[in-house]
Amino acid sequence: MDSDTHLSETTYRDALRRALDESMREDPRIIVIGEEVGRYGGAYGVTKDLIDKFGDARLIDTPISEPAIVGAAIGAAMTGLRPVAELMYVDFLGLVMDQLANQAAKIRYMFGGQIGVPMVLRTQGGTGRSAGAQHSQSLEGWVMHTPGLRLAMPATAADAYHLLRHALTLPDPVVFIEHKALYARKELVDFAAPVPPWGQAVIRRAGDDVCLVAYSRMVHVALAAAERLAERGITAEVIDLRTLNPLDMATVAASVARIGRAVVVSEGYLTAGVAAELAARISEECFDFLEDPVIRIAGEDVPIPVSPALEAAAVPDAALIVETVARMLG
Amino acid sequence: MTQRANLPLFDLYRTMRRIRSFEERVAELYVRGLSAGSMLHLSIGEEAAAAGVCAALRPADSFTTHHRGHGIFLARGADPKRMMAEIAGKAEGYCAGKGGSMHIADMALGHLGANAIVGGGIPHVVGAGLSYKHLGKDAVSVAFFGDGAMQQGILYESMNMAALWALPVLFVCVNNQYGMGTRVDRATRVTDFAARAGALGLLAESADGEDVTAVFSAAETLVAEARGGHPGFLAISCFRFFGHGRMDKSPYRSAEEEEAGRKRDPVLRARAALVTRGESDEAALDALDLAIAREMDDAIDFAAAAAPPAFDALFRDVFAPGEPAPEPLRARLDRVLAGA
Repeated sequence: MDSDTHLSETTYRDALRRALDESMREDPRIIVIGEEVGRYGGAYGVTKDLIDKFGDARLIDTPISEPAIVGAAIGAAMTGLRPVAELMYVDFLGLVMDQLANQAAKIRYMFGGQIGVPMVLRTQGGTGRSAGAQHSQSLEGWVMHTPGLRLAMPATAADAYHLLRHALTLPDPVVFIEHKALYARKELVDFAAPVPPWGQAVIRRAGDDVCLVAYSRMVHVALAAAERLAERGITAEVIDLRTLNPLDMATVAASVARIGRAVVVSEGYLTAGVAAELAARISEECFDFLEDPVIRIAGEDVPIPVSPALEAAAVPDAALIVETVARMLG
Repeated sequence: MTQRANLPLFDLYRTMRRIRSFEERVAELYVRGLSAGSMLHLSIGEEAAAAGVCAALRPADSFTTHHRGHGIFLARGADPKRMMAEIAGKAEGYCAGKGGSMHIADMALGHLGANAIVGGGIPHVVGAGLSYKHLGKDAVSVAFFGDGAMQQGILYESMNMAALWALPVLFVCVNNQYGMGTRVDRATRVTDFAARAGALGLLAESADGEDVTAVFSAAETLVAEARGGHPGFLAISCFRFFGHGRMDKSPYRSAEEEEAGRKRDPVLRARAALVTRGESDEAALDALDLAIAREMDDAIDFAAAAAPPAFDALFRDVFAPGEPAPEPLRARLDRVLAGA
């Protein structure tokens, strides 16, 4: 760390661990419960060495029982703890959807506001490791479709840190979806610098010709596209949503109303997905300002294949965004 | 083994009679068109399970129930007026009319929630047990569920975790012989449920659900063991006197089977025992039953007179107060169409 600027080069993975470490030191009610979170250090290394600091009563290794991991976290959250349940892959949502969607998301409401479920479900998704159709999906749409769940999807190490720190103070269940291809990504982070509040999107790059709305890894893909578009004299604004619930439509609408063109970029499946919801909202709220239809660039409606060539082709890349924007403006 | 408290049978009888009388009024509420829907699952015939186990609990203990949980909540000390109001979907109900019969809960009484997903509430007691152990709190958490949940995977995940971590947890299977219309012997080859739990390392026992004293005795032992870090399982065999819900006329079982099953009546058995043992007499019990009937009639009147929730309650409690809430559709339409 540079003592003058407080800048340190940090990976997304290390930023997450730092957030857990600091939050656990501050709040003794926080426990981490999941498969391989303790001695193994997490399948992607996020909880590495935390068991040495906090012990096995707070870093709880579980049997391979995803529904009961989430269910136990719910019960613990209702009785005085603040659990972080780790789901090794977001694809395992299929196993835990009852506990997440029917239990955690609805308990406050069904019980008339008597009690909440202050837990964080940490998981990771996305492509980039040839992990195949059951370990590479982007299923945030399943979560966003469920009332009662908050949903954070950090794109940067700074956000990984700050959003997780904030999630661990919220009174309601938060699904926190990391991206497996970002864990090793390094950036200079000033942890002491102020950040936008939870629930507020940020403009990562300013522009006047098109608004690219993205989140998680697709923010970096959109930024790469914006860089290439700039070489052609086209300036793209890039918005990083940071959280999908709450969803900051005010920032998006203000940008699109000014620019008049929007492209939504998501790694999730196209049909009935997050991109579809965003496009519908932009169309409704910015109709008078739009010069083109809102365009969705999203994951192909196919299972994710293992072959690196096919896997890359199944999700958006910068070239597709550049080509699409060029056609819109052409 | 722990010291047995000498709970008077009279108290257990009164609890069971209140449950039966309440459930009969729930049926009446439906017939009179005052209930919120027909998904009302009566626990008539299962009163000993509720009364016997709850009598073994302390105020700091907690529990979850299945969809057939009215009796358990009453045995825990619930106010029948607020219960009936909840079943009628009224604002004065335990959950402001938004949970109903299948999602009734009350944190003040340690009721972590009834559940309409078979097995859905079971892992929550594992989490509660984890909390109690972690926080050093002297409390036990009990999952109540039916024989249907014995075939759900999450039960085994939960029992395994509770046993592995030596949590203060008790699993109670109220085996009323039917999962909706499927008799237990059509759902599994192995109907000795205690054997299954024992195989996972839980202290497992079975009790006759016609005999409330036997249920209480077994529960008292298992709750005490759970409190000491030895989680347990109790299978209670009984008979569901009526259909699954209010629309179910039980076409899947014979009149003879129902007649035989209804002879396994824990309420009448306790009543007869009180008289035989000279602990009470018919006149005193008649007077008690009448007083309970009046109390439950009052619960119906209370529910009928109570106000429905206000419209804006629709959007309340999706998230905590003060947190960003969902935008009502009409507000959104007003906003979006304002410029059109």
